[in-house]
Amino acid sequence: MRQRPLLVETLTAIALIAIPFVLPYLGSAPNTVNRILVWGLFGIGFDILFGYTGLLSFGQSALYGTGGFVAAYLLTQAGFPYVVLALIIGTIAAAAVGYLVGLIALRRTGIYFAMITVAIAEVFYFVEFNPLSEWTGGENGLPGVPTPSLYLGFTTVHFTTGWTLYPFLAFCYFIGIVLALRIVRSPVGAIFRSIRENPLRAAAVGHDIHGYKLTAFVIAAAYAGLAGGLLGVMQAFMPPEAFTFDTSGQLVMQTAIGGRGTLFGPLVGAAVWLFLQDFLQATLGLGAAWKLVLGLVFVLLVCFLRQGIIGGIRDLLGFVGVKIADRTEPATTASDSALCIDEEEDALQTPPPRPPAVARMPTRGPAPVSSGVILQATGLIKRYGGIIANAGVDFTVNRGELRGIIGPNGAGKTTLFKMLTCEVPPTSGKIVFEGRDITGMSVTDVCQLGLTKSYQVNQLFNRLTVRENLTIAVLAELRGKFKLDALGSLAKIPGLEEQVRHTLELVNLGDRRDTPVSQLAYGEKRRLEVGLALASSPTLLLLDEPLAGMSPTERIATVKLLKSIRQHRTMIVIDHDMDSLFELAERITVMHEGRVLVEGAPDEIKGNAKVQEAYLGGVYGVIEA
Amino acid sequence: MISWPNFLSQLFNGLAQGALLALISSGLTIIYGTLGVLNLAHGAMFMLGGYAGYVAFEATGSFVVAVIAGTLFMLVVGVLIERLIIRHFYSRPHEDQLLVTFGLAICFVEIVRFFFSSLSKSVPPPPLLTGITSLGVMFYPTYRLAVVGIVAVALLALYVVLYRTRLGMIVRAGIEDSVMVDSLGINVYRVFMVVFGIGAMAAGFAGIVNAPVVSLTPDMGEAILVQTFVVVVIGGVGSFPGAVLGGLIAGEIISLTSMVNPGYAYVMLFAAMTLVLLLRPQGLLGTRGRE
Repeated sequence: MRQRPLLVETLTAIALIAIPFVLPYLGSAPNTVNRILVWGLFGIGFDILFGYTGLLSFGQSALYGTGGFVAAYLLTQAGFPYVVLALIIGTIAAAAVGYLVGLIALRRTGIYFAMITVAIAEVFYFVEFNPLSEWTGGENGLPGVPTPSLYLGFTTVHFTTGWTLYPFLAFCYFIGIVLALRIVRSPVGAIFRSIRENPLRAAAVGHDIHGYKLTAFVIAAAYAGLAGGLLGVMQAFMPPEAFTFDTSGQLVMQTAIGGRGTLFGPLVGAAVWLFLQDFLQATLGLGAAWKLVLGLVFVLLVCFLRQGIIGGIRDLLGFVGVKIADRTEPATTASDSALCIDEEEDALQTPPPRPPAVARMPTRGPAPVSSGVILQATGLIKRYGGIIANAGVDFTVNRGELRGIIGPNGAGKTTLFKMLTCEVPPTSGKIVFEGRDITGMSVTDVCQLGLTKSYQVNQLFNRLTVRENLTIAVLAELRGKFKLDALGSLAKIPGLEEQVRHTLELVNLGDRRDTPVSQLAYGEKRRLEVGLALASSPTLLLLDEPLAGMSPTERIATVKLLKSIRQHRTMIVIDHDMDSLFELAERITVMHEGRVLVEGAPDEIKGNAKVQEAYLGGVYGVIEA
Repeated sequence: MISWPNFLSQLFNGLAQGALLALISSGLTIIYGTLGVLNLAHGAMFMLGGYAGYVAFEATGSFVVAVIAGTLFMLVVGVLIERLIIRHFYSRPHEDQLLVTFGLAICFVEIVRFFFSSLSKSVPPPPLLTGITSLGVMFYPTYRLAVVGIVAVALLALYVVLYRTRLGMIVRAGIEDSVMVDSLGINVYRVFMVVFGIGAMAAGFAGIVNAPVVSLTPDMGEAILVQTFVVVVIGGVGSFPGAVLGGLIAGEIISLTSMVNPGYAYVMLFAAMTLVLLLRPQGLLGTRGRE
């Protein structure tokens, strides 16, 4: 199934052009349509923030109001004559304010983030009413916002109100959706989704997730600012209500109603909201009670139709057996195609026959030498309150080595890995990787240096496909930890597709590449977990129990995989499968009670009395002595 | 003009408001701590409690009955909401929980608006507590003074329940690790229901106690909700002492800033929150890593 480039864009353009010719016959008022467009535009940015990046902000009103009032102030109070330029300045102002707000709000995630955005938005509301009321008109708002006009040389087109304003708003919406589609299909868009799915892993494969979250926040702010400015233009009046909590709430609800993570969801939600309002208020004569009906509908919707109307339609189509790939609904296409590597789709669908998994993953940096120390940890101590997980571990690994770590449960193996990859800071001690002191660095930076691990408990991007998962990891290596190619194309990143395919073959998931992770079998997930660590071609790879929970057949396959990837890189493997580990590793480190008990070749370890005692639960005193 | 008596009286206002915020916030914080659900309908529950009390007061003319009725009504509402809706959201993402409680808040507000209109309603303070009391240098409304006492008693009761009973011990254990509590053979879902009920009850109690101070309107909960968020962020999520401390700090900030310039009350509150976020992101009495 080949992605037709610009299909969504074309369909959107056609729909936007058709609307003024069709909707009047259905009896809809032009002003309602215009309002829907403004809300839809506002929502595009919010959907990038919430639907794609997973950050639910209840404070978008602050940015909507900021953009609106900056533009309206310029046009009404400052005597600024250019409407479009004023709108752009408003947009930039909102983005700048968004950057500052984001710096504060993004210090925390999840629930905290939602609470902080609410609080910040409330501050903006009060500031508009009081300290800044001389500029913003306080509770009166700013009346007299002019509408734009376009000088064509021979005549001037005035966009005033109703259907004559529509083309201007539709054009703005179109530009907004085109940019948003590029953003969600870009590498940055892919990383946004990975942050939504699993921020911990997104950071661990080497992405500066704070930077990307801030980017999403600023993008959402810019859209909010533009929409706010258009609100003033549309109503010829900038209302102070733009700053209220209700504005943020309505945006959140419309996005949830329409379908998050679809870009068109907010537009659909706004249409439902505003038409329903007209219908309930005017036709059914419910008066103020319309909002109660809406609230109830909303609660039911959140309970039963999780992905909103667009998500519901998509599920329905899937249920009826209509191939969604036929894509007649622009909205469905938008979300489905967001992460695809558009032009390369064909090539990936039918990969050329290749010899079975050859370990030729490029590793970064200078060609590995077979000797020399790659990792040295000295005196690592980790305390969790009164519990000592690691009590002074000295640990050295040579370049090119495959080291096994064994030890009874609770010996401190996983904690050691966490410290080595800088996921948790050691209480004391020092870690040197390739001659560089990495103690206290972030997990992202360490991964960028070429040291990463696979997790004991799978940490995958669950709603993304296998290929998308690996793409995220490869992107971190090819693009560095932060790059703002939000309008770039995934297909244009050299080596991306090839490296993803290599990794796919290596972990033997080639025929599962388009399956979402949530539908994989456990063994496959486990291989993908290793694949994610492998995809960024680390020089030092840490594997935390890669064989855990696998069937005997899967174990054999995985041991083969580990053997094949060990060329050209250094690996440290924790596992409880002694037979496999003794077969794989050249040296074994045995850990017990937070310390290194012994270290040596597999044969030495097998016969070691201390080791046997540790595993059989020998008397502590004997081991200490 | 800032004068000594004026300052003192604002200090008392802050104490009364802070105590109320502390009570509402502790409901919010124990619900979040135990269930992992941030209840965006908490402000609406505060409002609903006030209206329930108002109805009881209109029917009986007794303030005490109004307080009891408002509180019990919210306990029932809380338990019902947990049973019917919240329960199905424990395994769903945080965002869905936020959305559904936000929807519930709108329903509560609109239901009240439907039956009582948008016009404000008032409940007079009980006869015993009307008038003003001399505090030496100044006179202060007796009821507001009483609010501090009433809320202090309620907070103490909540403290006793949380720290001196078996149930409280389970709740506090649940805040640390509800999966572990479940696997110890305690029906954690029943505890969740009780906690949600208690949280709603705290909000409802605050709502009716506050009713004689400010008049009731359907959307009064919104501002309170925002304030409780700030309180919880300052105090630390899931921390009962944090909610109390945060509540008192927030109450005083609002009150003392209002004395100078009411327009800046929220700005100062926000500045305090930002300061806490910068210097101690987990909140004053919060535990690192709990989110």
